[in-house]
Amino acid sequence: MDAIGTLVSIFARPDLWAGTLRFAAPLTLAALGGVISERSGVVNIAMEGMMLVGAFFSVLVAAATHDIVLATLSSVLCGGLIAAVHGVASIHLRANQIVSGMAINLLALGLTSFLMFRFFATTGTPSDIPALPDVKIPVIYDIPFVGAVIGDQNLVVWLSILAVPLAWWFLFRTRLGLRIRAVGEHPRAADTLGISVYRIRYLCVILSGLLSGLGGAYLSLSVAHSFSDNMTSGAGFIALAAMIFGKWNPIGAFLACLLFGFGQSLGINLQGTGFPDQLVAATPYVLTVVALAGFVGRAVAPAADGVPYEVGE
Amino acid sequence: MTAVAPGPRGRLDGAATPHLEMRGITKAFGSLLANDHVNLEVQDREIHAVVGENGAGKTTLMNILYGLIHPDEGEILIDGQPVRIRGPRDAIAAGIGMVHQHFQLVPVMSVAENVVLGQEPGGIVLDRAAAVRQVRDLSERFGLIVDPTARVETLPVGIQQRVELLKILYRGSRLLVFDEPTAVLTPQETDELFEILRGLVAGGKTVILITHKLNEVMAISERVTVLRQGRNAGVLETARTSPPEIARAMVGREVLLRVERDEAHLGEERLRLEGVTADSDRGLPALAGIDLAVRAGEIVGIAGVSGNGQLELAEVIAGLRPITAGHIYLQGKEVGAQPAAERRANGLAYIPEDRHARGLVLPFEIKDNLILGSQSRPPFAVRGQRNSAAIDQRAEDLIHQFDIRPPNPEAPVSSLSGGNQQKVVVARELAEDPKVMVAAEPTRGLDVGATEFIHQELIRKRDEGLAILLISSELDEIFSLSDTIAVIYQGRIVEVMPSATADRERVGLLMAGGTVESAVPTAAQIAEAAATLGSPGVTGDGPHGEGGA
Ligand SMILES: Nc1ncnc2c1ncn2[C@@H]1O[C@H](COP(=O)(O)OP(=O)(O)O)[C@@H](O)[C@H]1O
Ligand SMILES: [Mg+2]
Repeated sequence: MDAIGTLVSIFARPDLWAGTLRFAAPLTLAALGGVISERSGVVNIAMEGMMLVGAFFSVLVAAATHDIVLATLSSVLCGGLIAAVHGVASIHLRANQIVSGMAINLLALGLTSFLMFRFFATTGTPSDIPALPDVKIPVIYDIPFVGAVIGDQNLVVWLSILAVPLAWWFLFRTRLGLRIRAVGEHPRAADTLGISVYRIRYLCVILSGLLSGLGGAYLSLSVAHSFSDNMTSGAGFIALAAMIFGKWNPIGAFLACLLFGFGQSLGINLQGTGFPDQLVAATPYVLTVVALAGFVGRAVAPAADGVPYEVGE
Repeated sequence: MTAVAPGPRGRLDGAATPHLEMRGITKAFGSLLANDHVNLEVQDREIHAVVGENGAGKTTLMNILYGLIHPDEGEILIDGQPVRIRGPRDAIAAGIGMVHQHFQLVPVMSVAENVVLGQEPGGIVLDRAAAVRQVRDLSERFGLIVDPTARVETLPVGIQQRVELLKILYRGSRLLVFDEPTAVLTPQETDELFEILRGLVAGGKTVILITHKLNEVMAISERVTVLRQGRNAGVLETARTSPPEIARAMVGREVLLRVERDEAHLGEERLRLEGVTADSDRGLPALAGIDLAVRAGEIVGIAGVSGNGQLELAEVIAGLRPITAGHIYLQGKEVGAQPAAERRANGLAYIPEDRHARGLVLPFEIKDNLILGSQSRPPFAVRGQRNSAAIDQRAEDLIHQFDIRPPNPEAPVSSLSGGNQQKVVVARELAEDPKVMVAAEPTRGLDVGATEFIHQELIRKRDEGLAILLISSELDEIFSLSDTIAVIYQGRIVEVMPSATADRERVGLLMAGGTVESAVPTAAQIAEAAATLGSPGVTGDGPHGEGGA
């Protein structure tokens, strides 16, 4: 058939591009958190778990209070809390950070499944929970195509886009950012200059939890409008891939998230167009693998990434 | 036993309050007493040497002063006032700066970023321009020329040390601690550093210099505190002491500073290089046609400033680096294309320059390190399996013969001191009765006792007929061990001479490629700069140093 023609018509759909931004947003938040955490020297593969926890608790609080602000705050908080657990394990207890991260992911999966069953067993999550608001931009909304892409996007999409330059500025332009990067590259050197390695690392790990938690809230409150078991289905790992693909740089990570978001959006837009369903469903993952395998080049992690630091006794 | 009387208090003025006093400092690591009631007293504007063998507790003492380690007991006084130093931040505030034994620089960051880190100019935002400007000012004022925008990892070690020094000066420290600063420097760089230290002291700073090189103590210090096995072993006035006396205090017994050496009895030629060329790791020509011969019973010393092809020379002979042209003959047989293992089997031994990366498998036990390279040959392997009895026997013999401490064959090599690690390497390399040995920097970083031991071992083997190619950046070592001296410069042997008639001045000149004038600041220039900047007011007691960390 005329596959090329179908593709071209899909590319002309504003839906494809609006979807790209929508899918990229939670990835971006989580990936930025990962960048900050690993820049300080703590390997973080627990974004998946942090997002999942954020996704669940936002729905739980939303169902209980019908207050969207409270719901969002609690998801951010819970993301930060579970990140703090990863922090204690990898910073104070000097555990293997991959193992700790994996444990956090499993813990989050078990915990949310259990609580899901405990609170919403028979009914599923209620449908009357509030959603995160969309931002309708008056003039732009009326521009054809552009309006359909960015004229009515969710608040979190804009927040995630805003967070990118902010994270870059934070890491590469502020005094604290310089210290964070120093701690991630050579903690001992930072320590000898009176910088508290532990404090910086906790700060960064928890920051990553806050961001992932918000990403999770967006997934449940706005994209799915509900919570279901393991609903992040690998988004945290795709964010991890984006972080590496983006070479631990906020801008690079964002571009990678856009690419992966595009893959997901393309998958959705290809549905029902005659392309084999399985292939379509695999699109985002295939894109991830191809991108990582083919185009990363030599990605250089911060020198002390994943290496616990021991202060003198 | 030797009794070294503690020197008089304060050469300059017996009544003056010392700038620094450390009293009764004690620190135990498990059952090991790294510092046992150690006292240290340093007068204002003094260059005070702290010496001791490796493991004597020098670094521990200085880390306590800098707040990196907390002592179990003892107190620290600055200008007579007790101070509590809970961490580096307190030390910096007390005007203490330290150049650590292993540089504490972030390789991927710029010089300016490394210097200002922790006390950056700016508010929330780092004021990069100000950082660069301040560092440039500082470096120009002290004549420590370095580009503030250069990435640290691109700089040679000598310059990296300047960056460390700038870090201290930026913080306005008055008391400067240098932990073995010359270990990584060439003789010229050491001279430059000493010139800088003299200038700093003239400008009002006080310097503590940790070292175990006696000639450095004699050259620059006013007094010297000797540590031995974690305890004070005397305070000596440099002007009234001598290297043998210091060495005796360090080691606790008489030490041979001169190596006893009989006339060489030269045998047949064992190693020969003809027009050997090779590339460096970066693919640049490193050896530009080496011609060299070593005979049985002879030590040929390669003198040169490090980085002139010595590393590559050792590696091409050992078979670890391909040659691009020329011939290498081992006992008359061409081996230029042979792999390393085959050369070893044919009687070649190799003490690598970097014992951690090349000479040892650090996490492995002593006994396994002692058979590396022979592990798959009988008697250590029988039908493809380890023969524990033979391995244990070999370990027991060598540990005894070389006095490796602790004498526990099951201890991981990483737990040994540098001297004992090197003994493991030397013991292993000599164990298989080699015909030719390449010894690259065999005593680098070792203390007096271990150096003496390894020197004697090399001489003994030479007397038994071993052909030894000695590569060393220490001219003293070259002169005291070699029968023949060959000077290497930019990948070429520029001259070969019998050591009996060799002239140090001339060798030094040849090493530098004829004449070299480097841009060293004068002591007067540094003194002036230190005086204008030395006031404690510049110390980081301002708004800096807080900011989130
Ligand atoms: N963090 C530590 N843990 C255990 N032992 C240590 C530690 N630091 C130093 N030591 C031991 O303390 C002794 C003194 O070491 P150090 O102060 O580094 O000696 P030096 O600087 O004089 O060579 C050595 O035996 C060393 O192995
Ligand atoms: Mg030391």
